[in-house]
Amino acid sequence: MNNIIEIENLVKEFDGFVAVDHISLRVREGEVFGFLGPNGAGKTTITKILCTILNPTAGLVKVCGRDVTRERNNVRRCIGIVFQDPCSDKFLTGRENLDFHARMYHMDRKTREERIAEVLDLLDLKGKENIKVSDCSGGIQRRFEVARGFMNHPKVLFLDEPTLGLDIQTRRSLWDYIRSLNEKEGATMILTTHYIEEADYLCHRVAIIDHGKVVAVDTPEKLKRVVGFNLISLQVANKTDDGLTNLLNGLDWVKKIGRRNSLLELSIEGKDERMPELVELLAEHGFIISSIDLHEPSLEDAFLYYTGRAIREEEGDMKELRKTRRARRRK
Amino acid sequence: MQAVGVTKLIDPLPIYTMWLRQMKRFLRVKARLASSVLMPFLFLAFLGLPLSFMSTREIPGMPEGINFLDFLAPGIVGMTLLFAATMSGASVIWDKEFGFLKEVLVAPVNRFSIILGRSLGGMTTAIIQALIIVAIAVAMGVRISSVSGFFLSIVFMILTCATFTGFGLILATKLGDTEGFMSIMNLIIMPIFFLSGAFFPLAAMPAGIRHIMYIDPLTYGVDGLRGSLVGGAAFPLWVDFVVLLVLSIALATLGAYFFSKMEAD
Repeated sequence: MNNIIEIENLVKEFDGFVAVDHISLRVREGEVFGFLGPNGAGKTTITKILCTILNPTAGLVKVCGRDVTRERNNVRRCIGIVFQDPCSDKFLTGRENLDFHARMYHMDRKTREERIAEVLDLLDLKGKENIKVSDCSGGIQRRFEVARGFMNHPKVLFLDEPTLGLDIQTRRSLWDYIRSLNEKEGATMILTTHYIEEADYLCHRVAIIDHGKVVAVDTPEKLKRVVGFNLISLQVANKTDDGLTNLLNGLDWVKKIGRRNSLLELSIEGKDERMPELVELLAEHGFIISSIDLHEPSLEDAFLYYTGRAIREEEGDMKELRKTRRARRRK
Repeated sequence: MQAVGVTKLIDPLPIYTMWLRQMKRFLRVKARLASSVLMPFLFLAFLGLPLSFMSTREIPGMPEGINFLDFLAPGIVGMTLLFAATMSGASVIWDKEFGFLKEVLVAPVNRFSIILGRSLGGMTTAIIQALIIVAIAVAMGVRISSVSGFFLSIVFMILTCATFTGFGLILATKLGDTEGFMSIMNLIIMPIFFLSGAFFPLAAMPAGIRHIMYIDPLTYGVDGLRGSLVGGAAFPLWVDFVVLLVLSIALATLGAYFFSKMEAD
């Protein structure tokens, strides 16, 4: 497969603050590729650079084989983008929004009509195209935005936090639409998200971004596997954790000991059979177990493993919420 | 900037699309149209009309043979243009952040065509509002001097609009999306309005203030409108025309330039 996106040593600084720090990666044609990271990790900045609306400070970035700074308009012809903030014209209908967008890509009337019918069909929006966008539900509005991003047959579609602020059902149905678009149209999808389930569910490959750096790139399965084969969360009611840690360090099947809130988290080799072994050992040394749990690693565990902390979801959500509110007030 | 894959500076379809979008938005939001016409109407009905029954002979520089309503009407038309055009230019800032303009900026279209289409749309809606005010004024009894004068006034409307759309664009691109943006806008727009000679002749003002009024672009817009619509301009009309032409070209070009520089930083 060909590389549709090539990033070589990309750096972006804002007044001395390094938002993107020497990133290099490749995205293959037809992939659903995700940038996963907390807010402020640099995901949106990377997307903006790929979309030609932000110039890199240093490094080489090619989309569809074209340089994003020198061949800007050629890149623009082959990409579509769905922004984090909704940007449909609320006073216009869905169809008008799609139509206006297509005109910007110099599509003639006949092509526009055909393509609008196609994307309406792909995203199940038939019958809703003549309603003013402001009268549509959040999920429908979002689907119109995805449809709009798809109007010009993009080779690469960028989706910046596509399901931010949507409820769980709407989010899940949008995921299925995104997946079917990828399968039917063969377009490469670049997704940025701080929802771990989203990256896990949709992406063929995920890049974990933290503090402007890529800390890992792989399929969700492989990322999970690296965490350790399984995880045990453990809490003891008496004594200090130090003694416990020393004791556990002595076990050769415990690969890594992490801490999450008041829990100790052990990456272990093996499965269920380790549980009785562990319980017995701790009882011998006088520890009283208040909680113990074995589970297979999730992508969140992988994230934790690579970044050393949980995704700062709540903090991020508040910031986004404020921004969206501000946007609404203005309209 | 664009070594390969150059886009046309003047690209008709995007220009038309941006224009059409502004028009559709304008016509679809009836409340906005009503509110934009309301304030000028109130000025005419509750300031111009009552004062038109009084003698204007005491006011220095007041043209002969026209009453206060006749005098005020072109000023209020100028006010309508000032508000509508400046807002049209300045609203780029929100449109770019949260609106249709944002997605347009990733389309393979020249920035100049985009801002040109959008500005033309904004200007058209501003001129429609101004024409509604002219109609209201006529209904209240303002005498338009001649048909040719009316058409000449449209030329002044276009120039005034272009000047302040460019001005609004410059404000928006330079001030950015700050919290106090709207108050700063008002802080600048209101003096421009009151110093334009919309209410009183230039000659009626103290010399110090008169000199400030000479550097207010709207002074020439209002004067040109007054001269062409009802007569009694303070300057020869060609002076108004030349000043506005130069200003509109300069400000609109500068605004469009700042806008196109804004895209990537």
